[in-house]
Amino acid sequence: MNFKLKVWRQPDGKSRGQFLAIDAKDISPDMSFLEMLDVVNERLIEAGDEPIAFDNDCREGICGMCGCLVNGFAHGHERGTTLCQLHMRSFTDGETIVIEPWRAKAFPVLKDLVVDRSAFDKIIQSGGFIAVTTGGVPDANAMLVSKDAADLAMDAAACIGCGACVAACPNASAMLFTSAKVSQFALLPQGQPERVDRVRNMVSTMEKAGFGACSNHLECAAACPKEVSADFIAKLNRELMKAYLVK
Amino acid sequence: MKLDAKIPEGPIEKKWDNHLFASKLVNPANKRKFEVIVVGTGLAGSSAAASLAELGYKVKAFCFQDSPRRAHSIAAQGGINAAKNYPNDGDSVFRLFYDTVKGGDYRAREANVYRLAQVSGSIIDQCVAQGVPFAREYSGYLDNRSFGGAQVSRTFYARGQTGQQLLLGAYSALSRQIGLGNVQMFPRHEMMDLVVEGGRARGIVTRNLVTGELAAHAADAVVLATGGYGNVFYLSTNAKGCNVSAAWRAHRRGALLANPCYTQIHPTCIPVTGDHQSKLTLMSESLRNDGRIWVPKTKGDKRSADAIPEGERDYYLERRYPAFGNLVPRDVASRAAKAVCDEGQGVGPGGLGVYLDFSDAIQRLGKEVVEERYGNLFHMYHKITAENPYQVPMRIFPAVHYTMGGLWVDYNLMSNVDGLFVLGEANFSDHGANRLGASALMQGLADGYFVLPYTMGDYLSRVGKSHVDVSHAEFKGASEESGRRIDKLLSIQGKRSPDSFHKQLGKVLWEGCGMGRTEKSLESCLEELPRIREELWQNLKVTGASGSLNQCLEKAVRVADFLEFGQLMVQDALHRTESCGGHFRIESQTDDGEARRDDENFSYVAAWEWKGEKAQPELHKEPLTFEYVKPSTRSYK
Repeated sequence: MNFKLKVWRQPDGKSRGQFLAIDAKDISPDMSFLEMLDVVNERLIEAGDEPIAFDNDCREGICGMCGCLVNGFAHGHERGTTLCQLHMRSFTDGETIVIEPWRAKAFPVLKDLVVDRSAFDKIIQSGGFIAVTTGGVPDANAMLVSKDAADLAMDAAACIGCGACVAACPNASAMLFTSAKVSQFALLPQGQPERVDRVRNMVSTMEKAGFGACSNHLECAAACPKEVSADFIAKLNRELMKAYLVK
Repeated sequence: MKLDAKIPEGPIEKKWDNHLFASKLVNPANKRKFEVIVVGTGLAGSSAAASLAELGYKVKAFCFQDSPRRAHSIAAQGGINAAKNYPNDGDSVFRLFYDTVKGGDYRAREANVYRLAQVSGSIIDQCVAQGVPFAREYSGYLDNRSFGGAQVSRTFYARGQTGQQLLLGAYSALSRQIGLGNVQMFPRHEMMDLVVEGGRARGIVTRNLVTGELAAHAADAVVLATGGYGNVFYLSTNAKGCNVSAAWRAHRRGALLANPCYTQIHPTCIPVTGDHQSKLTLMSESLRNDGRIWVPKTKGDKRSADAIPEGERDYYLERRYPAFGNLVPRDVASRAAKAVCDEGQGVGPGGLGVYLDFSDAIQRLGKEVVEERYGNLFHMYHKITAENPYQVPMRIFPAVHYTMGGLWVDYNLMSNVDGLFVLGEANFSDHGANRLGASALMQGLADGYFVLPYTMGDYLSRVGKSHVDVSHAEFKGASEESGRRIDKLLSIQGKRSPDSFHKQLGKVLWEGCGMGRTEKSLESCLEELPRIREELWQNLKVTGASGSLNQCLEKAVRVADFLEFGQLMVQDALHRTESCGGHFRIESQTDDGEARRDDENFSYVAAWEWKGEKAQPELHKEPLTFEYVKPSTRSYK
């Protein structure tokens, strides 16, 4: 297969970027999208050029490190798929593919397709945990959790923190990401003591980090490679309202 | 050099308790005066950094990824073992200990393994308290399953994403400490060197992967939790960024590397599709609980799977191992797959694959049950191969998955270099020559939550503060050396990319030092590797500059270290003329093709000492004695 790539190239965070056309020739349909970029990069290096910088690590859809906009879609057009699991067989031979980094004020570009997502870490640091120290905890079976609650908490906990939700949102809101963590702990008995402070702190950090507000476009859930449900956003809002009433 | 494992006295079930009581403590008010560096933020690193910070130590944590949450522990699917005996099926600390020593083919240290089994239960308690959403029964109690051929159900799991959930638990504990200011986190930083002065680890040199800046960091102790070296084969189930550089640099600074030839090949991975393949994807071996493995009886049979009648199929695991059938341990299943493919019975592109067939299971249980058990794996397989495993059998092939070897550590998890601790997959200590399924997560968290926090205190209280800061000549020297290495890699300006060398290295090692090893194949590796290394330093091409984000340079630094490390791995494999666990020497097998250990001559840990670029490494032996689990031949027939 052959493709014409239009790739965002930007040397660093301070310089201006631009789309550059790069040919991707003789691509096997069995290649993943990242393997296609590997092949293109090998050719760029051969020609003495710098390869396209892109984040990636596990290449099995779980680490959350990869991701960029492909033809305007976060992680490409396939539902429930990370970029590393997207295969070239799902593109049309001869197609032009536009590749650009996540676009959000809170995710500044570091180079080409690489962005700084440390704002996500800051949200977690402000409350995305149960404040338990190592040791001194009861036996694991001392606390019962209903299967339904555990399963729903697991649905929320499936978030891989890739940032696709932010990239897909017209407001660059981090509501889906934040709501997934808030919901996981709000659903479990272990999360109850800090429930009120957690949601207030995390939302406040989220707002300070420069993410936009949620206006219910639900693009986030459509783009999420782990199909984390937008119901958790409703849950977050409910948690927040309750928190304001309590404190 | 005499290797002292510092195994405490007393009966095995008392060793750890005795040791804890004999350990010195650091006064709570003094803890904040000590600084500890933790490199790597997987299960071992995150849990260690968080636990040390909770105790009051000042911690600096480093990872090469953009966030500590990304480390490759996240990809573990199946579960985590613990001797809780919740299902009342006869499990105990001693049984988990026994199974781990036996599964490791009698090449692990008994005392370490016993401690691992002892603390396993606390890990589950800790993770539940953190809010890890483990699978539950309808009653609300935790669910367990049997995993990887174990005869008891001792595996806790969170769907097919146990590693992810445990890592996010440790990451949340770490994040809390970062938020409190007790841990200073350095993401997108690569460790370039270890700084040793006066025989004690004093700190590290790092490269900021965004700005290219080299910096020195001093501390009272250094902890490496930098994972395994499976990517030396280029193709493995490891993440792309996994590398041996931190461990290798520590080795070059005096830390011994133990048993590097022990590499685990996982039997159920998705086969390679072509030269472009960048990594291999593992599918949980729980699939073997219901899938049946077979190949056509006729060599080179090109018919589709459904066109091959039952009588013309060879269910070779069920045939050769009637008792365990498709559930034989990983190494046995992997070698058997290679053997049938070598015979020309393999299926799929290049004949490098065997069928894992669910048609019987679907008939017996119904599609719904199969979907409930393995839905996410079937989905993943379908996505990668474009084949629907509900309709056609999966094709699988073994792939490098885990490395049991690593930096040598004593009972305290400290290497032979004072103040250098090594945790998780990066050390060699607990799995012997073969790791059991669902035991990697257990070891990583045991080391970080429940071993290091104690042994670190003992060490620091005995030696006191390190008074060597970054202005010391050793720090300057190490930083400059790292800078020179980078400049040299950039200045070669040859014709070949770092990846092309890495692929070449991987092919050589997979051929010569992969699933089956012979003296001849290993000798030929030893001839080829120096040639590749020489070519690298003459013909490597790295584009871009050192003072910015440069992924080409990152790869070059790593592949140069892999090339040196590969040599040692082959040497270790050559010297160990027995077969054991993941190390199969074709010369050392029984009449029916099973691995033959040589306890008389090889019941020891092979710990190698770096002697310089031009010199041969020196072998040190730590004898292994088995008081509680008497070595026997593993048999799964």
